[in-house]
Amino acid sequence: MAQLFFFYFAGIIVLTSILVVALRNPVYSALSLLIMFFHVAGLYVTLHAEFVAAVQIIVYAGAILVLYLFVVMLLNLKHEDRYHAQFPVGALLGVTILTEVVLLLLQQHGDPGTPVAPPDTVPPAAAIGNTEAIGEALYSTYVFPFEVASLILLVAMIGAIVLAKRDLFDVNRKA
Amino acid sequence: MAELALRMAFSLTQIVVVMGVIMLTIMVLTLAERKVLGWMQDRMGPMEVGPYGILQPVADGLKLFFKEDIVPAGANKFLFTLAPILALVPALIGFAVVPFGPDSTIELFGVQFKPFIISDINIGILYILAFTSIGAYGIILGGWASNSKYSLLGGLRAAAQVISYELNVGLAIVGVLLLSGSLSLVKITQAQAGGFWHWFIVGVPPDGWFPVHTQIFAFVVYVISAVAETNRVPFDLPEAESELVAGFFTEYSGMRFAFFFIAEYGNMILVSCIAAALFLGGWNAPYPGTALARMGFAQFAWIENVVWFAAKVYFFLFLFFWLRATLPRLRYDQLMRFGWKVMLPIALGNILVTAIAAYLFPRS
Repeated sequence: MAQLFFFYFAGIIVLTSILVVALRNPVYSALSLLIMFFHVAGLYVTLHAEFVAAVQIIVYAGAILVLYLFVVMLLNLKHEDRYHAQFPVGALLGVTILTEVVLLLLQQHGDPGTPVAPPDTVPPAAAIGNTEAIGEALYSTYVFPFEVASLILLVAMIGAIVLAKRDLFDVNRKA
Repeated sequence: MAELALRMAFSLTQIVVVMGVIMLTIMVLTLAERKVLGWMQDRMGPMEVGPYGILQPVADGLKLFFKEDIVPAGANKFLFTLAPILALVPALIGFAVVPFGPDSTIELFGVQFKPFIISDINIGILYILAFTSIGAYGIILGGWASNSKYSLLGGLRAAAQVISYELNVGLAIVGVLLLSGSLSLVKITQAQAGGFWHWFIVGVPPDGWFPVHTQIFAFVVYVISAVAETNRVPFDLPEAESELVAGFFTEYSGMRFAFFFIAEYGNMILVSCIAAALFLGGWNAPYPGTALARMGFAQFAWIENVVWFAAKVYFFLFLFFWLRATLPRLRYDQLMRFGWKVMLPIALGNILVTAIAAYLFPRS
């Protein structure tokens, strides 16, 4: 049952990801991306990560993609050939990643090895809940990466303010 | 297997009942809004259809159902059809986690059920936030697909407005989450039991006497942002009739228009339910326990709880009408400035103060 769900979600994710770059109408691309975000969230739910699933939808589908759509509509792009100029770069990246995936698969095939985590150990989600578990991990084990991430966001925020308020720092322009 | 089938049948019954009640409430609201507005403006409101005009919603529904379905020339037919559905589904799906009454269980055929709670998932409030943020797509796409300048402008305004004010909704409820220690609407409501002074709007801790945990600022921010998020007056710029004809649904007619209409009213009911559950104690009466239980009818106490929940929800719905009759529409720059420069700092400050208060005076 879980496998069935996984392959459904994975299949739709792959399909819609291809559609995002293949479709000519940017609005349809954005909609494919929306469907993809939902299926990624579904994948998280099958992993008992409901919190991450909800945050995935709120942040990506609810905020970021709306902004994309906003820009696409403001510019009123109908059809355009975005990918033709970038084709060599895209092909290079694609070939590199494909080689890595194939190498990884071959390596795993040769050496059954040790899985990263035992697959049948369900994290103690029932005991303290998914949200609490993430909070505990973020503020104890991963507190340093967490703070670094917040610092980067702070820098971005200050940068946006400086860009928007450029005339404030320019004393000479005040006549 | 039999238990699973029984549970599914029970859940389906709950969903059908809740959807029926929501649709009925929306019908009542369309009439109530026009009546309340009429009285506030010294008019009678609708009086023609049925005694005292009470059959007006039925007449409106029939009219919309039999209207010609027009797709404007040059419109994107697929998205034009999809948009009303994308607006309506998120508005209704959020009711799945709203606790309409106490979380008491009843036993049917040997299986325990909770009659007033369809689903108590541990991320309840995030689930609602996630789906209300999807509702914006219906509005944006409807505006874009109509191939009309007015619709597009309305859709763009809606997009900017929803993003700005959703942030404030999310931040306003953080204080409540800090105090209750849970995202589940059922647990949040349970944390406010025992009289109105324990509701989060007043915020007296369970073992204290002073309202150190008050969420009154968060409550005000939430209510204002909720009005903005449902595109109601004074924040109804996406459908400002004096500038944009009717905004994003200018080109819609018949049942497609009705879908947008139902979605707006469904969202109103949903945000009212959330406000009632988060800040006004949900199904809890404003006095400890229930009066019926004290009189010895403990098995009927749920009636009192459900009535209190409904009363709180209807208070908020009345507030929506009241605002509409009282306030003029904001200008667009005022709307954005108010959202980002007034609401957001208040919400952030509330989180800071609540976190300190919750640390100094822990609830358990």
